[in-house]
Amino acid sequence: MAYDQSLVEKRDYSLTGPSAARALELGLASAEWYHSDIPRKVMKDLMARSDQPAIRDTVIWLGLLVLTGIGGVYYWGSWVCLPFWVVYGVLYGSACDSRWHEAGHGTAFRTGWMNDIVYQIASFMVMRNPVNWRWSHARHHTDTIIVGRDAEIGFMHPTNVWMKFQSFVSPLDAYQSLKVIVRNAIGNMNADERDYIPAAEIPKAIYAARVHVAIYAATLIVALWLQSFVPFMLIGLPRLYGCWHMYMTGLIQHGGLAEDVVDHRLNSRTCYMNPISRWIYWNMNYHVEHHMFPMVPYHALPKLHELIKDDLPMACPSIWAAYAEMIPAVLRQRYEKGYYLRKDLPATARPYREELHQNVPDRSGMGA
Amino acid sequence: MCLTAAEWGPEMDWIPVCAVDDIDPEDVRRFDYGGATYAIYRDPKGNFFATSGLCSHENVHLCDGLVLGDHIECPKHNGRFNYKTGAAQRAPVTVNLKTYSTRVLNGTVEIEVP
Repeated sequence: MAYDQSLVEKRDYSLTGPSAARALELGLASAEWYHSDIPRKVMKDLMARSDQPAIRDTVIWLGLLVLTGIGGVYYWGSWVCLPFWVVYGVLYGSACDSRWHEAGHGTAFRTGWMNDIVYQIASFMVMRNPVNWRWSHARHHTDTIIVGRDAEIGFMHPTNVWMKFQSFVSPLDAYQSLKVIVRNAIGNMNADERDYIPAAEIPKAIYAARVHVAIYAATLIVALWLQSFVPFMLIGLPRLYGCWHMYMTGLIQHGGLAEDVVDHRLNSRTCYMNPISRWIYWNMNYHVEHHMFPMVPYHALPKLHELIKDDLPMACPSIWAAYAEMIPAVLRQRYEKGYYLRKDLPATARPYREELHQNVPDRSGMGA
Repeated sequence: MCLTAAEWGPEMDWIPVCAVDDIDPEDVRRFDYGGATYAIYRDPKGNFFATSGLCSHENVHLCDGLVLGDHIECPKHNGRFNYKTGAAQRAPVTVNLKTYSTRVLNGTVEIEVP
């Protein structure tokens, strides 16, 4: 298609700027969102917590981490170590994200302390301050892809395609994450963080950052003492060399879809995946379902999907199909102000709830 | 010394909510009255409790949440309250819920509200 050759005007994605004021003014903050109808008793069953599935998956996850880590260290110096590090990297640098996410929601386990332990471990692996991100993710669910409110918007228009591409090996992203951890560790919380984190939680955020920094410092000391690179292959670096799966699955959650709407069917994407990816990702491929009903545990999402799929746009049949629809949309969004991929609904679905969007600004005129 | 009406606080009335069997044990339902919304709970032993109906964090209706023992979990963010005391128990909720008295009269659950 013929694009206007100039990029769209850069939007203000900060949480304290004009977009934030506009979102509040237009009633987009803490708005009422559309959700598919599910009988109360069915929803109660779906939300029911269980320790068993997550204990099983966590034992497998940590067990494989130990085994592949031992293999990588044992064969260090020969090519045989490579497959061990490939698997270890994905388990560390990608599976950590879904464990962080599900445990943060408190839906992985029924038992609270199990959620808390996995959340802390996974937060360290994924290089996220566990306090900051608990609050930013709460906001992401309150105001999903509402510009000026959501701190976790992955595609900021006009999207920098190179930055998205490099995220698959993540040097800049990991660098930025570490910078935040170090900044927090010295007691510096920026304006956006202070917007979504209650003041009483700030000391906890600083303490958590200091714990992370201390672990990295200890890793450095051990590496220097051993005169070896291996400690960094085990701690820290997997966030770079193993994060590709996290980004591969994460980018399709909302990429190419709408901003500033209050119907998750317009801003989130559900995509079928192979069983290995679904295990690494803990079923977050059912992303519309997750946003509509965030308290449904990951192991119940396939059942939830079956119940409401007739009310949703057709799921992408594969990861590749998701990229095939997303990439052209993201590229078009770089040049066409207000464009988004509006997916057709099946005849069985209730229409997009336009009346819920009556306060949404005219997308064609969006600049700030 | 006599208290004024303002010092006594707003006048409270007992308002019928629903039949006892309309709420399962360990469940919750919404009740709207007088421009306000309430959440009515039945604990696992069959006792009834009431709180304000919206989460104190982000104005989400608690009636869509999960009752776990003495706790109600907000359906949006996993914040938890003790619905018997209203106490906020788990982030991101930090502000307690207001609680209201309940009683059962002739098989009907009633709530005392302003």
